[in-house]
Amino acid sequence: MGKQIISESALDRIEKEHAEWLEEYRKALAKVPKRLERFSTVSDLEVNQLYTPLDTQRRDFFEQIGFPGKYPYTRGVQSTMYRGRHWTMRMFAGMGNADDTNKRFHYLINHGETGLSTAFDFPTLMGYDSASPLARGECGKCGVAIDTLDDMGRLFANINLEEVTTSMTINPPASVLWAMYIANAERQGFSRKKLGGTIQNDCLKEFIAQKTLMLPPEASLRLVTDTVEFGTKEVPRWNTISISGYHIREAGATAVQELAFTIYDGITYVEEAIKRGLKVDDFAARLSFFWNSHIDFFEEIAKMRASRRMWARIMKERFGAKNPKSMLMRFHTQTAGCSLTAQEPYNNVVRTTTEALAAVLGGTQSLHTNSLDEVYMIPSEQAALIALRTQQIIAEETGVTNVIDPLGGSYFVEALTDKMEQEAMAYIRKLDELGGMVAAIERDYPQMEIADAAFHFQKQVEAGDKTVIGVNKYASDRPELEFVLKIDDQIEREQIERTERFKEKRDKVGFQKAMDELVRRCEGPPCWNNNVMPALIEAVRAGATEQECCDLYRNVFGTYTDPGSF
Amino acid sequence: MDIVQRIVSGDVRTIARLLRDIDDELPSARSVLQGLYPHTGKAHIVGFTGSPGVGKSSLVDQIATFYRKESKTVGILAVDPTSPFTGGAILGDRIRMQRHFLDPGVFIRSLATRGQFGGLSKSTNDMVNVLDAAGKDLVLVETVGVGQDEVEIANSAHTTVLVMIPGMGDDIQAIKAGVMEIGNIFVVNKADREGSRKTVRELMNLVELGVRRRNGDDWEPQIIETEAVKGRGIDKLCQTIEDHKAYLKATGSQRWRETVEKRTRIQLMGALRDRVLKAVLEKIEQRGDSIDNMVAKIVDRQSDPYTVVQQIVESVLT
Amino acid sequence: MANARNLRILVAKPGLDGHDRGARIVARAFRDAGFEVIYTGCHQTPEQIVSTAIQEDVDLIGLSILSGAHRYSFPRVLELLRENNAEDISVIGGGIFPLEDIPVLKEAGIKELFEPGAKLSDIIEWVGKNIIPRREA
Ligand SMILES: Nc1nc2c(ncn2[C@@H]2O[C@H](COP(=O)(O)OP(=O)(O)OP(=O)(O)O)[C@@H](O)[C@H]2O)c(=O)[nH]1
Ligand SMILES: [Mg+2]
Repeated sequence: MGKQIISESALDRIEKEHAEWLEEYRKALAKVPKRLERFSTVSDLEVNQLYTPLDTQRRDFFEQIGFPGKYPYTRGVQSTMYRGRHWTMRMFAGMGNADDTNKRFHYLINHGETGLSTAFDFPTLMGYDSASPLARGECGKCGVAIDTLDDMGRLFANINLEEVTTSMTINPPASVLWAMYIANAERQGFSRKKLGGTIQNDCLKEFIAQKTLMLPPEASLRLVTDTVEFGTKEVPRWNTISISGYHIREAGATAVQELAFTIYDGITYVEEAIKRGLKVDDFAARLSFFWNSHIDFFEEIAKMRASRRMWARIMKERFGAKNPKSMLMRFHTQTAGCSLTAQEPYNNVVRTTTEALAAVLGGTQSLHTNSLDEVYMIPSEQAALIALRTQQIIAEETGVTNVIDPLGGSYFVEALTDKMEQEAMAYIRKLDELGGMVAAIERDYPQMEIADAAFHFQKQVEAGDKTVIGVNKYASDRPELEFVLKIDDQIEREQIERTERFKEKRDKVGFQKAMDELVRRCEGPPCWNNNVMPALIEAVRAGATEQECCDLYRNVFGTYTDPGSF
Repeated sequence: MDIVQRIVSGDVRTIARLLRDIDDELPSARSVLQGLYPHTGKAHIVGFTGSPGVGKSSLVDQIATFYRKESKTVGILAVDPTSPFTGGAILGDRIRMQRHFLDPGVFIRSLATRGQFGGLSKSTNDMVNVLDAAGKDLVLVETVGVGQDEVEIANSAHTTVLVMIPGMGDDIQAIKAGVMEIGNIFVVNKADREGSRKTVRELMNLVELGVRRRNGDDWEPQIIETEAVKGRGIDKLCQTIEDHKAYLKATGSQRWRETVEKRTRIQLMGALRDRVLKAVLEKIEQRGDSIDNMVAKIVDRQSDPYTVVQQIVESVLT
Repeated sequence: MANARNLRILVAKPGLDGHDRGARIVARAFRDAGFEVIYTGCHQTPEQIVSTAIQEDVDLIGLSILSGAHRYSFPRVLELLRENNAEDISVIGGGIFPLEDIPVLKEAGIKELFEPGAKLSDIIEWVGKNIIPRREA
């Protein structure tokens, strides 16, 4: 290894002195009671007391670390990073009806937010209109209720859709909502070629973790691939999948599991698109990722750095990508909802700040910071503002953005980055052995791994091996918060009526024709001529509601229930 | 109305409660079972067995759907394992049967093995009788699916369906000894997976061997490919269940009588064994003695198992 | 040899949210405590939940919800239990509840509410103390 950073003679000396130091450390520690039996990350990965060049000595600087914007991108996807532009401050927002959410969008933009992010309510996420009996009590509660093209129009009223990029957190019905977004943008005179944004559209992590289940895996993958294909040809600035570890982590996964399962989901999407006949360098640059930033500071930074290196290597070595853009792991980050506590909710600001800082030091491209009241429900205006201000303070006051990848070269961070990669690669080999992600999901493999980790963590918290302040240590009761958002139950009725009126107005013949074409395409073999997107755009223009499109999917493709083993 | 009448008339709450009492071996349940017995003997009982995750619950769900379209009523008993360490259990078969939850024509009950081996709980046969008496046209029993020696189901059901999936070649070899003989119908589920035809061919060979070994029974076991999640092959499977039933009940044939007698005999012997053992243990206790004492004596070589048993039998049965 | 009756508990998630982390953890803990748990997964309507509870003859229904729809689904489950003469089946809830909803839900008949941070051992202890397996029919 010619490119070793430290000479052999220096290493010898370090080794010797390290051994001496270790002896001293052990002796000294024997006199004071050790604080913990075992020191480990929140994912229960054991860490040493000290890291030295010995832990990174075998590294080849160029192969493992290198420079920002250069393969393998450990240090960042751009050469300029935050010296050029800060990450996009993208606050997840959505509540009540389209008008309420539009108001919140404008509020956030006026306070310096730089990108939009839409949260839909559960009926919308599951492909049901507000009138569905399954939607009772849920309309507008955890996000905005969108049934029709008309709702979509009001949601983005007075926003320049060629300037602002929009992220939509929507999965099984992603194609439908995207069709509405495109149809609405074009109706307002914007060009689809210039639209920028992201649909989450990551069906695999739904099977693994979030359980927004609508269609069986094969059909879900087919629809995802349709959107990738359509985006590649028609909406070139759009990120057609946001491959998400966030929800996998929230379901209780360890950092390594989050990393491995998410990257494997990415592998699966790439394979599907290639099967469709797309060339890897034509579409891979539009795949984006989404990480959770949990409370264990260094573990998160190491995870994000490892993720860039892994994806670059996989794209290059497994898929033969040539274009450097195809190798870039660009990602959004959200601080960990599951780390927040209902007890002493103001402490959540501190947690979120720490997690946001990790995301920034990990080199994120955009960031959502949770509001302190998010543990109760979707954020109030006041709490959302504190969360946004948290990002602005990190960006503009703390100075952490002055230097690119400031933790690069830290013995600990580099060793942990390596460890993350090694352990995640072991999972990836295991998933290959199982025959890929769909086969693994059907066997409940990733689900069970996560459930085991979640149960293990819960046991650790109860035994006091892991501390949650205000919960299992310095415990206190839950106080009244001065601001908590309330969603009026009235919204449900109004929304049902609005959609009813919308349906009455549409031209029955044109509507039926559009739906027939959509069925034809769904039933046909997957290919460009049967791509659902053009037909969906016609269907929503002709007045199809979200549920009508999703019911059509359910009829053609069938539905899916989680294996639910223990 | 008394309990028997309420059950015969199909009252869900009463049925559900009685099943629990049976499972918990409450003495009161026994007299209800006595009263119910004259009302039994009408349902066709179909058992489903096979390794974990092969799709038993999904098939049961589809079969129930099929029979509901024909306006037949369905009772379902789904057995899952009890944890040997804690005595608790998570019963999850129902997840696959959600669309029947609101259908009064389908009754679903999950039960735990509670330490019983062989794929069923001790209470399963009695529970089948309750659902039979309650007027279910069809009772479907799903075993735990440990996959190795679940022959018990063949003594409970009129028709036994053995479920497999493609690529189980090795498993088939491993289980053929005991289990292959019990299947009246073999299902290769997940036929959407690679290797389905191959598994069918392997099965055909084995079934032929089995048929030759099984004398007196001229039903030729059927092999059916299904895709339970999409409902493919279910019509054929249900038709085959009906064929098997017709075969057993063919006029002029003694098969139905023989099947029912065999089933009744095994259940009678089982019940007798349980009851006698229980009575014997009670007697021993009444005498102020205990099994623990006897074990201690045997271990200390003050006595031996043969003498102890001899003494018990003599003292209890005379 | 009359057995002590096993507790039977239904763990169900009403509503459309799929966050089953809590429900799964609690189901496991109940199993490990020696209870028989019927698990029906996500997206259950109150009607499905009550029908299951009755067919399975459970002593307790544990509802887990994070979507904020508890104000609809919890009272509806209780109402359906009453309509089916099954109000002897107790109902508890797990999830996050706005403070002002807690007395309303308890008033409606929810026996106890467990929020994030509740210990599994506390939940099990509560069940052990408050839920007695049904006596014979
Ligand atoms: N691809 C495919 N998957 C299926 C099919 N039938 C069932 N499955 C899936 O296989 C998994 C297990 O199905 P179950 O019906 O629960 O299997 P089971 O035999 O009842 O499982 P246990 O009760 O746990 O032993 C589920 O994820 C089903 O969706 C099929 O025909 N094709
Ligand atoms: Mg099953």
